[in-house]
Amino acid sequence: MLEIENLTHAYGSGPLIVGGIDLRVEAGELVSIVGPSGCGKSTLLRCIAGLQRPSGGLVTKDGKVVEQVPDDLAVVFQDYSRSLFPWLSVRDNVALPLRRRGLKRAARHEAADQALESVGLAEAGSKYPWQLSGGMQQRASIARALAYRPTLLIMDEPFGSVDAQTREDLEDLLLSVRGNGGMTILLVTHDIDESVYVGDRVVVLTKSPTRVRADLRVGLPAKRDQITTRGLPEFVHLRAEVGRLVRGIGTPVQSAS
Amino acid sequence: MTAPAQAPAVAPVKTPPTKRPSALRTLAGQLSRLWLAVLLVAVWEITCRAIGDAYFPPPSEIVRAMYELWFSGPADRLFLTTDAIDDFRPSLTHVFGGWLIAAVVGVALGLVIGRFRALGDFLDPVLQFGRSIPPPTLIPFFIVVLDLGAQMQVTTIVFGVVWPVLLNTIDGVRTVDTLQLETAKVFGITGLSRLRRIVLPAAAPKIFAGLRVSLGFALILMVISELIGSTSGIGARLISAQRSFDMAEMWAGIMLLGILGCLINGAFVLVERRLLAWHGGARRLDDT
Repeated sequence: MLEIENLTHAYGSGPLIVGGIDLRVEAGELVSIVGPSGCGKSTLLRCIAGLQRPSGGLVTKDGKVVEQVPDDLAVVFQDYSRSLFPWLSVRDNVALPLRRRGLKRAARHEAADQALESVGLAEAGSKYPWQLSGGMQQRASIARALAYRPTLLIMDEPFGSVDAQTREDLEDLLLSVRGNGGMTILLVTHDIDESVYVGDRVVVLTKSPTRVRADLRVGLPAKRDQITTRGLPEFVHLRAEVGRLVRGIGTPVQSAS
Repeated sequence: MTAPAQAPAVAPVKTPPTKRPSALRTLAGQLSRLWLAVLLVAVWEITCRAIGDAYFPPPSEIVRAMYELWFSGPADRLFLTTDAIDDFRPSLTHVFGGWLIAAVVGVALGLVIGRFRALGDFLDPVLQFGRSIPPPTLIPFFIVVLDLGAQMQVTTIVFGVVWPVLLNTIDGVRTVDTLQLETAKVFGITGLSRLRRIVLPAAAPKIFAGLRVSLGFALILMVISELIGSTSGIGARLISAQRSFDMAEMWAGIMLLGILGCLINGAFVLVERRLLAWHGGARRLDDT
């Protein structure tokens, strides 16, 4: 699905931020990417999404080299309040990208309403984004991504700006919607618990210039919930492992590849 | 246990208090402030009567002059007299015509210049200079080139009021949030669609601020151009009244222009509030 080969990036003549990433992601996987703050996670994502041309290396998606944003890729940004357009209603925000799919207005609205319903915002379509709470706004931008029906969904610290309770709700929402359509999902987060809780795999990055430090498979059952899953020995073990790796202690493992 | 660093940016629930003061309450508020105006007019009336100077007719006389000159017409013409139509029509046509031309030119050029940063930087000194020329100083030149008349007046207005629209549009286009542009890029909103659906609305608050300033300028330049060289319009009426020492009629012209300014600005604000409701609402919530 996605292949990243020796990806490097430096802004202008600045220092190397991404120091050679190799990563393979299979279709339908949800891969969490964690790393110390400021390690270049976001830069890596921007390169994968085609928003930033990398200085070196290659990103290939479905066998094609990514040079600009592929038309079946969606991004959920951390800053929902700036990423949703305040002059459009929530429904229109979700429907706007669907113009590209050649859908008629009625069909766009129907698809938007459906996506909004799937994230629990059935009632909010005609409101403006800024009339919603932070968590609801992020739900709306997830709905926008889902309605677009991407094969690859990239999420850049999507739950970084909401409170803890909302964060858990949104994590569960992500787990519940990931099945539909068999999307591949890359989720960048700084939250170690989250990376284990939602991921099939956790990729740990080193500090800048960032490389892959470890690539761990999450051996948790597909059906997860906040209370039981977080109490499982496997979860506790992995969390500690990832925590050590992020802090730069512990032995790098490549259990996944 | 859970994430240590929760950005505190967002309160869990922003209840949407789209609470706009109701029309009735606004009206009541306006009325309660009206007493000051009433008081001032009363003082004005009494003072002028006490002085008895021909140059300072009391407001009652000014209002009567206004009524006789412009508003004593038949009901089917909204009580407008022939004089009113002769005076108002050219003035209003010039104001709105000039303003609309300037708005279209300013927004169109601004979108192009704002889109290309290098072009904007290159043109900036020229634009700053153009804006700095006090527009009335160009009237003598326009009179020479275009002769007295509508063409000269509209040209003066267009040249004078295009700057705020142009500069604000450039600024608005340049300062569109990069995340909004990236979002557009991710979702394949490009080209004209991007211009219409992302850039223009994002820049709209600034564009409207420019349009509003321009409208005020347009009124001023309309009067100036009519005072200097015109035989029709409110400004021409004002100057001819002055020349025939009809002080009440001259003051009537001054008052009328003041009222016109208020009405035009009020109408603009109403339209702006309606079109940019999202902006006002979003800003109100940001402030809380």
